[in-house]
Amino acid sequence: MAFYVVQFLTGLASAASLFLVASGLSIIFGVTRIVNFAHGAFYMIGAYIAFTLTERLSGTFGFWGGIVLAALAVAVIGVIVEMVLLRRIYHAPELFQLLATFGLTLMVEDLVVLIWGPDDLVGRRAPGFRGAIDFFGQNIPSYDLFLIVLGPVVLGILWLLFQRTRWGVLVRAATQDRDMVAALGVNQKWLFTSVFAVGVFLAALGGALQIPRDAVHHAMDLRIIVEVFVVVVIGGLGSIVGAFVAAVLVSELNAFGILIFPKISIILVFLVMAVVLIVRPWGLFGKPEAAARKTPGLTVNPWRPLTSSERLMALAALVIAAMLPLFAGNYLLTVASEIAIFVIFAVSLHFLMSVGGLASFGHAAYFGLGAYGIAFLAKMAGLPMIVCLLLGPLLGCMGAAVFGFFAVQLSGVYFAMLTLAFAQIVWSIAFQWVNVTGGDNGILGLWPSSWAASPSRFYWLALGVAALVTVALRAMVFSPFGYALRATRDSGLRSEAVGIDAKRIQWTAFVISGTTAGIGGALFAYLKGSVFPDNLGISLSVDALVMVLLGGVETVSGAVIGAIVYKALNIWLVSQTDLSKLVLGGFIMLIVVVFPKGIVGMLEMLAQRRKKASPPGSPLLAKPIESAE
Amino acid sequence: MRARNYFAGAAFALLAGGMAHSAVAQDIKIGEINSYSLLPAFTEPYRKGWQLAVEEINAAGGINGKKLVVVSKDDGGKPADAQTAANELVSSEGVAMLAGTFLSNIGLAVSDFANQKKVFFLAAEPLTDAITWSKGNKYTFRLRPSNYMQAAMLVEAASKLPAKRWATIAPNYEYGQSAVAVFKKLMSEKRPDIQWVDEQWPPQGKIDAGPVVQAVAAANPEAILNVTFGADLVKLVREGNTRGLFKGREVVSFLTGEPEYLDPLKEETPEGWIVTGYPWYSIKTPEHDAFLKAYQAKYNDYPRLGSIVGYQTIKAAAAILAKAGSTDPEKLIAAAEGISMPSPFGEITFRKIDHQSTLGAYVGKTALKDGKGVMVDSSYKKGADYLPGDAEVAKLRPKD
Repeated sequence: MAFYVVQFLTGLASAASLFLVASGLSIIFGVTRIVNFAHGAFYMIGAYIAFTLTERLSGTFGFWGGIVLAALAVAVIGVIVEMVLLRRIYHAPELFQLLATFGLTLMVEDLVVLIWGPDDLVGRRAPGFRGAIDFFGQNIPSYDLFLIVLGPVVLGILWLLFQRTRWGVLVRAATQDRDMVAALGVNQKWLFTSVFAVGVFLAALGGALQIPRDAVHHAMDLRIIVEVFVVVVIGGLGSIVGAFVAAVLVSELNAFGILIFPKISIILVFLVMAVVLIVRPWGLFGKPEAAARKTPGLTVNPWRPLTSSERLMALAALVIAAMLPLFAGNYLLTVASEIAIFVIFAVSLHFLMSVGGLASFGHAAYFGLGAYGIAFLAKMAGLPMIVCLLLGPLLGCMGAAVFGFFAVQLSGVYFAMLTLAFAQIVWSIAFQWVNVTGGDNGILGLWPSSWAASPSRFYWLALGVAALVTVALRAMVFSPFGYALRATRDSGLRSEAVGIDAKRIQWTAFVISGTTAGIGGALFAYLKGSVFPDNLGISLSVDALVMVLLGGVETVSGAVIGAIVYKALNIWLVSQTDLSKLVLGGFIMLIVVVFPKGIVGMLEMLAQRRKKASPPGSPLLAKPIESAE
Repeated sequence: MRARNYFAGAAFALLAGGMAHSAVAQDIKIGEINSYSLLPAFTEPYRKGWQLAVEEINAAGGINGKKLVVVSKDDGGKPADAQTAANELVSSEGVAMLAGTFLSNIGLAVSDFANQKKVFFLAAEPLTDAITWSKGNKYTFRLRPSNYMQAAMLVEAASKLPAKRWATIAPNYEYGQSAVAVFKKLMSEKRPDIQWVDEQWPPQGKIDAGPVVQAVAAANPEAILNVTFGADLVKLVREGNTRGLFKGREVVSFLTGEPEYLDPLKEETPEGWIVTGYPWYSIKTPEHDAFLKAYQAKYNDYPRLGSIVGYQTIKAAAAILAKAGSTDPEKLIAAAEGISMPSPFGEITFRKIDHQSTLGAYVGKTALKDGKGVMVDSSYKKGADYLPGDAEVAKLRPKD
């Protein structure tokens, strides 16, 4: 019995660490609607600075002072980031801020190694909380007890802050309806900055408090960020109590789950999230999102098909691209093939995101399923390449049909997180089912048949498919189906009123998008000759998001440019420098500030401005029309 | 669409970038790939190691009079990126052979690439048995003692322990799984009386150490096998120390004696664990002394195991290139099969039968000295003594 009590308390201690970080993320998201990918980075910097301070400052006061000072210092960094970077892009399309915080995260990962060196750092134990307390023969670390108390205390302080102060009232109001708060004359700028500072402070505090039990290293951020997002979503976005309950739920399920299924940890949080979101679409304590006032994907310029001269230009560009094998070597051709494959992947997500208004955080699942489809067909059934290429993407299609059905019942960030959960579930199956998938050692030896084996032929194949897919998806955008899909994106109520079956349309779009991603994955398997669980992983999903956002989410085919720029730059930087993350992150942040609508979005806007320069005063064009439902 | 123009533009930029590299023809180039940005704690000493080797080789006149150049690429910890890098090294840089890699899945990806493109590949660090056995191919050789070999070394010591109730803690991926599987198999062969009472599989890099330690303690084992390393090991050791998990229990642990993983533990180092590792401070052989002196003179730092791996990888590559007298992959394979060479750990041989080198490892016990973790009572285990018989190996490896 004592064992179960201690296991429960141990779970609570894990929950407390998780809650501190999650609460900060929840507050930031609730008010500013920023998907703060850099939250893990702030957590990590908190730990690093706390390590330095607690090593320098001596004694009990030095330790605890160091922890708090570190959190404050990181909060200041957070304020600077918010004022310099995020403030410029609050009006950018939804999720664009994710790109900025992603860039920041990349930079921080390299920066901490430059500053603190590559070795894992182990800080000192907390004075007064070194040992353990005996509980009927079981040891409970006293630091765990400290954390168990700290969690509810922080929850209480936050509750008081939100319920009993004017600032808290404003924060709650903004969480519910930030346009209304702005309309009532509240200075939103400072509200956002202060909220961001509090959120970052909590993240850094969470990181700093890990010093006595963890090692400080440069991958801490990735270890926590996804889990924290999951906790926030399970609890309900913007709900602090929800985050607390979710943290406890997840930690306790893990603490007891490993007693029965020792391998459960790897997937547990995602399973919980999938179940919760299917049963309660807004998380445990969340409320249905208020009717969106701002249409998510409303474009500055209405979309239109290409004019005939533009078509000719595109065709000419394609012909030039097809001539690449005439002068490029094998390496360049292979890189170009990879870029073409990522164009397929990016446009498939772009179709779902900008035409359907459904941002998937787990799109790599369908890409990877396509790749595994090839692996199964080629290795187990021994089918020839051409048959594999035709059938392989069907696995992506089936995955999208099953998961899409559940996912389209939700919207916004909940949709995104459910897709993430599904992707992680697929990933863990590929990772765990060693007999079939080879686990993380993957499936090797999937090289193309001789007709496509030479780099130039494979390049033509990839380029041809990429062009075909892009054209097909474009054609779909301007088909009746595309119009219906855009209607569901722009106004759920109105589209329903004119008789569009929104869920079915969205589901169809999801399946189309997943299948397309599967085609990309199938080609990728042949390009690399092997398949790994990586092909289904979070980082690939994030790559796809970055490509779409970089190109411009409000454009028809911006993802094509986004994919080319991002992938080419990425490959080139990785080849040139070990600090590729630093440079790439910096570049992304620069793009975000200079092109807040994405590269193509910005070019289109400039072109439009030049055209419309003569008629004075066109505020309607400069800013998206905000229409009420 | 304007899209395609950018495509061509990007391609031109890449082309120009590629051309800027073209090298002098009489150099011999080795293409090296590792997870520099993902695993700097290992790869920084590793890089120092191979840079020292390059310097020594060129100071001694290069390879048959030609200057040795190592072109190094980062794989970011992703198999797909490692293949892109391998392709660049082979197609654009014209390297004579590929070398390096740390993670098993990346090692396998590059080995498969090497097999497909018929390029010689010397895997430095990947521990998976698959790379020389079940997924072995004729183009791939491996330097470090494999999972199997390290397990066999540890089993030799572990089987002498009186403990009968064993629990395992290993990261939940191929390395952890196969380490546990081999250890269990070899252990149960030697000691049929052993019971396996619990196993814990925390996700790599994400151990929730408190519950794991509790769960293991609840099974009340007499001995524990640990396969976690890096930050996970730190958390496990800290929780285990506080909760008294290791008190009165024997612990056998993979890799923990390597400075990369032992040094961060500082005063928390648990004492008396049986570990594989690299006690650079207590190895007194002329070969190692020479290496240690050169390393410390150049870097003013002590070597980690990564330094040895990096150093010996390039030394081995150079020896193979020199013996082959050619960069033709078939000749390199012929030269590498059965080649013997000196190393800081003594003479090693690349076996013809499975392309595994006989580089060994040190097995000893952990101890705390002046607030730092060290390995004591360590002895060198020759790799050749811990490999299965030829008949068994032949069964494990696909025919070329």
